[in-house]
Amino acid sequence: MAKDLRVDVADSPSSTQGSPTRDFANWSCPLPLADYPSIVMGHGGGGKLGNELVEHLFLPAFRNPALENLGDAAALDLGSGRIAMSTDSFVVQPLFFPGGSIGELAVNGTVNDLAVSGATPKYLSASFILEEGFPLAQLAAIVESMAATAKSAGVQIVTGDTKVVERGHGDGCYINTAGIGVLRNGVQVGPHRARPGDAILISGTIGDHGMAIMSVREGLEFESQIRSDCAALNGMIATVLDAAGGSVHAMRDPTRGGLASTLNEIAQASGVGIAIDEESLPVRPEVQSACELLGLDPVYVANEGKVVLFVDEEAADVVLDLLRGHPLGRNAARIGQVTAEHIGLLVARTAMGSNRVIPLQIGEQLPRIC
Amino acid sequence: MKYLTEFRDGEVAQRMAREIHAVTTRPWKIMEVCGGQTHSIIKNGIDQMLPNGVDMGVEMIHGPGCPVCVTPLELIDKALAIAAQPGVIFCSFGDMLRVPGTDKDLFQIKGEGGDVRIVYSPLDAVELAAKNPDRQVVFFGVGFETTAPANAMSVHVAKRRGLKNFSVLVSHVLVPPAITAILGAPENKVQAFLLAGHVCSVMGYWEYPPLAERFRVPMVVTGFEPLDLLDGIRRTVLQLEQGSYEVENAYERVVNFEGNQPAQKLLAEVFEVTDRAWRGIGVIPKSGWRLSEAYREFDAEDRFQISGIRTVESPLCRAGDVLRGVIKPAECAAFGKQCTPRHPLGATMVSSEGACAAYYNYGRFLSAEELAKAVVSC
Repeated sequence: MAKDLRVDVADSPSSTQGSPTRDFANWSCPLPLADYPSIVMGHGGGGKLGNELVEHLFLPAFRNPALENLGDAAALDLGSGRIAMSTDSFVVQPLFFPGGSIGELAVNGTVNDLAVSGATPKYLSASFILEEGFPLAQLAAIVESMAATAKSAGVQIVTGDTKVVERGHGDGCYINTAGIGVLRNGVQVGPHRARPGDAILISGTIGDHGMAIMSVREGLEFESQIRSDCAALNGMIATVLDAAGGSVHAMRDPTRGGLASTLNEIAQASGVGIAIDEESLPVRPEVQSACELLGLDPVYVANEGKVVLFVDEEAADVVLDLLRGHPLGRNAARIGQVTAEHIGLLVARTAMGSNRVIPLQIGEQLPRIC
Repeated sequence: MKYLTEFRDGEVAQRMAREIHAVTTRPWKIMEVCGGQTHSIIKNGIDQMLPNGVDMGVEMIHGPGCPVCVTPLELIDKALAIAAQPGVIFCSFGDMLRVPGTDKDLFQIKGEGGDVRIVYSPLDAVELAAKNPDRQVVFFGVGFETTAPANAMSVHVAKRRGLKNFSVLVSHVLVPPAITAILGAPENKVQAFLLAGHVCSVMGYWEYPPLAERFRVPMVVTGFEPLDLLDGIRRTVLQLEQGSYEVENAYERVVNFEGNQPAQKLLAEVFEVTDRAWRGIGVIPKSGWRLSEAYREFDAEDRFQISGIRTVESPLCRAGDVLRGVIKPAECAAFGKQCTPRHPLGATMVSSEGACAAYYNYGRFLSAEELAKAVVSC
């Protein structure tokens, strides 16, 4: 349980708390960038400053053949299969948090959306909306983390854009990424494909990302730091699909709204009921403690590195072993089953042996009064 | 997790429920005062573990102990009017933001440009005032005795630091007068009380023996975890069956008879007892606290002088009947139909301690039979 609950209201929402204090002197040509230690309107103006940003920051970090010629569009070779496409925007505050940053989220978020659709992620776009005055050192740190994350996820950032908005009209840095992946043959997954009898698995503990963000955003200090689970899931998902792709019916990464929202959405999309066992849900003790303290339910708290899988009952143990054999899936667990009863509803067996419905939340969970 | 997991043991819970079944010979109606207890009961299905026979059983009646729910609509409208003023930083606990006023809620005020902030402690609001000397910082100080010490401390600290730009919109309410009002009402059917553990952690339980004696009802100080609640209910039923009416403490790890003396001293200094209107219930004499003369300068109602408020309650909403334990949430005709957490008609549907919200959010729109057979195996 948290030993100390201190709140520092001095930190404005756009605080740079926890951000690296590195400079960008080692970037390929520091001089032009160093003229302006922070973003000015000209960086988005399509002139020299904007070009310098591309040439000295984005290109060296993301370098790949498709990006290299800096054309208006990237030309890509995807073979003959069907492709999947996804996009997501990232507006998280703070920009740097325990376990990740907006840059890692921006890459992993889109990679994961492609991966849970049964696609092999290949290429991403990256668009930045920067606020006038945003420190270039922070932008460099974000871009560097995006490059490293993309590399380890095996995707390339092949096109991008930068716009600058006046001070006060943004929140430092917003990022949009879009991604293209190639759909795997022999895999048919979708939120509408869960069937009665399917086993439901989750690849690890729930609520880590949301509570990590909340602990730094609200200035809540807990005895042990909660780290975001931000991670690219395509490697682990590929391991599962390679071995048991035909048995997987639906996958989703339970981000905003948490596990409860994902399960409700799939229950409704597939026209089935979902039953879970509350005691089987993997939750880190520190996340559980923080949730208890704030009156939140971890089933509604966001994750950024977890996948929920709906699989044939006969393949459930195999898939669970595959997940647990992967570094990102060590805490994988079987949490429930799809049923033909209570269509569209998620029902949980509580530790007391009673049942309760877990509905979709209206908006974000609010910390309670006492 | 120490002090939590050991109070959520399913097997022990089943054993305690069996004990309650074994000793119950007649139909009993027990009110849990606190909304936090209501939520725990519904979330964990404690009510469904209790005996429910034709001529014997234990029925839990949900009490008025939801501070957000009993805050008068007029005060919420005042809060909205203050929060909308330019130059004001309006601070509140999170679950107050979605409570509907006559026309809007605090989220809408925020969306329209009002500076509305969620804080975790009223002392954060004091810090905000110190750091923003050119802004008026207002804290919405609602709650029972549980939240009162922190609210009192905020005013105390603001005075000590000479802050002229901090004020509180106070609507504190007290448990003992509410119990008196419920037991004194002609339609009362409550035969015993689970006393609110966290209220008693501040106030102790020295205020209750005269009430138990006067109305001849047993009262048991009770915690919030499933085993706490089952133990509180078991002890209450034992008293009812024996015809006794003592005040017992089933939450000894947190509560003692005297309560938190320094907190009570501070409360007596900062607040004075006043009549209070309870939303849905009406005015209960001497049932609340307002700032005492020495601290009156920090009263946001005085500082902002909001007038011309016209409140309109939904004619469909029966929150008052729910808060007095006259009906269960699902017995209201609007429950789950015109009234949902998305379109709440009353505060009981939005607050994290509101009984209607508990029934809705834990699926009590399904019948007990439907719920019971919902999870066959996982």
